[in-house]
Amino acid sequence: MSRRFSLEANGLVGRRSVLVGMAALGGAGLGGAALAPGLAQAAVRLDITSGTVQPLPIAITDFVGGSSPQDIEAGKGVTQIISADLRRSGLFAPIDPAAFVEKIANPDASPRFQDWRVINAQALVTGRITRQPDGRVKAEFRLWDVFAGQQLIGQQYFTQPENWRRVAHIIADAIYERLTGEKGYFDTRIVFVDESGPKEKRIKRLAIMDQDGANVTYLTRGDDLVLTPRFSPTSQEITYMSYGQGEPRVYLLNIENGQREVVGNFPNMSFSPRFAPDGQRVILSLQQGADSNIFVMDLRSKATTRLTDTPAIDTAPCYSPDGSQICFESDRGGGSQIYIMNPDGSNQHRISFGDGRYSTPVWSPRGDVIAFTKQAQGRFAIGLMRPDGSGERILTEGYHNEGPTFAPNGRVIMFFRDAGGSGGPQLYTVDITGYNEQRVPTPSYASDPAWSPLRS
Amino acid sequence: MIGMLRHLGGARVAFIIGFAMLAAACAKNPMDGAGAALGSAPPGSPQEFIVSVGDRVFFESDQTSLSPQAQATLDKQAQWLNHYAKYSFTIEGHADERGTREYNIALGARRAQSVRDYLVQRGVAANRMRTISYGKERPVAVCNDISCWSQNRRAVTVLNATGT
Repeated sequence: MSRRFSLEANGLVGRRSVLVGMAALGGAGLGGAALAPGLAQAAVRLDITSGTVQPLPIAITDFVGGSSPQDIEAGKGVTQIISADLRRSGLFAPIDPAAFVEKIANPDASPRFQDWRVINAQALVTGRITRQPDGRVKAEFRLWDVFAGQQLIGQQYFTQPENWRRVAHIIADAIYERLTGEKGYFDTRIVFVDESGPKEKRIKRLAIMDQDGANVTYLTRGDDLVLTPRFSPTSQEITYMSYGQGEPRVYLLNIENGQREVVGNFPNMSFSPRFAPDGQRVILSLQQGADSNIFVMDLRSKATTRLTDTPAIDTAPCYSPDGSQICFESDRGGGSQIYIMNPDGSNQHRISFGDGRYSTPVWSPRGDVIAFTKQAQGRFAIGLMRPDGSGERILTEGYHNEGPTFAPNGRVIMFFRDAGGSGGPQLYTVDITGYNEQRVPTPSYASDPAWSPLRS
Repeated sequence: MIGMLRHLGGARVAFIIGFAMLAAACAKNPMDGAGAALGSAPPGSPQEFIVSVGDRVFFESDQTSLSPQAQATLDKQAQWLNHYAKYSFTIEGHADERGTREYNIALGARRAQSVRDYLVQRGVAANRMRTISYGKERPVAVCNDISCWSQNRRAVTVLNATGT
């Protein structure tokens, strides 16, 4: 069992392809007690289907390093990133290393499980980081079920030294998936709008960063106002709206080579773009006179198809993950409400009927819920409803919350919050349970986040 | 902190209101000498348009209809623009911050269109104007209450600097 996948560099200029190799670690060095990963009858398993989850105590030991100070630092860094990812998920409680009894010297050897049971660790992570002769870094880790006394996973990864943070996120995803049964979301990025300067003359730049706020890279210089960036589901591209010279337009930007192209050449404003699930089309709003309607453009043929035709504001379209339906907002009935239609524009029907106005609907990657911004009694909330409009739940509310985006596993939503006044917005995450709200660190004010697909 | 922000916002609003009153007082007939009364706005200049005619109209929350006051301002704009036909201009639509980004872009466009339609009705040539919406991206007043929001819900007629 081994697979290879490509790690793409995120610089604006130049294209570097960095391969990460991954292989399963067998039970070598376990004194003949090798257990094939996945076959073990694991006792440790986190049930995340209930409303509130008791975080799982997990011990994450420093990855044993090579001899050089850099390798020792990298080993500690990997451990810290894995711990931070798992802690932020709200599903895990990494144990303070000061409580550890056993010091792991050989991560291949079976640990003294009793030493980990006494500190109530349910799961244990051990690992090693070493430098290869060719300069690459090799990261190995094992996940152990402490009470069953078994190895659950053993894997190794090879990468260039500058990608060591990514390897840590990939390991955190592997642990998350093994213990929850669901895909993780740590090896992902966020594209967002970085905001600086006074509110009346706010400078906005497209920026991209890892989901934990590391590795911020700016994609535009701030000369032009930029809004609502969205990731391609299939390529290293984003689509967004920009005010250049002339009409505000929708653009595509390749985040690897910096190449930019305009989407369509429409006579008035085009805005609110989002990719279709196949990555081959962009759905967007076009303004015509007082009205805005929804169109879809094929990126190869450039053919543009009208989907709505109302004397109203129809905007913020978003496909269901299987592409079989589109949700959007419209004020055709008065205030903004959420509607659903077929991909050809047929069968348009309203699904939101609560008090207030509903905007910015986004479909969960799981397909089962739609997140939205709700405006009621002068306050702004982020909420969820099923695609038939039932089961509305508010996850967070306050003076101003806006613009939800789902993590690729559908368990976490990111959005932006603004306290108003002369300050600016910040990014936050909240679980779809409504628990575990956390601020996402950014260098400056930040808005319009969009979560990438899993990178690997 | 909040008190201070509100105070700052209030000062801004006071400035704008003062500005608007000045414009109203001087705008009986912008074509003959009202600008001269100010001493610094030559007839037919962009300054005269801003100060004596009034370059902006305001809207109610989530509305795009023109109030009698807004119509009066646009009547003066149309008269001035018809007199100084050398100018092309852009109508900028804006929204307050109490809406979502995408909706406010569309709302600002609707407001700009509302002004455009009115000016065309009043005889201003459609080929002299373009519209653009800035949504909630360019507020002029910053605070957390209606005193600011009402200033930001606006459409501004911006003359092209060259006047050609």
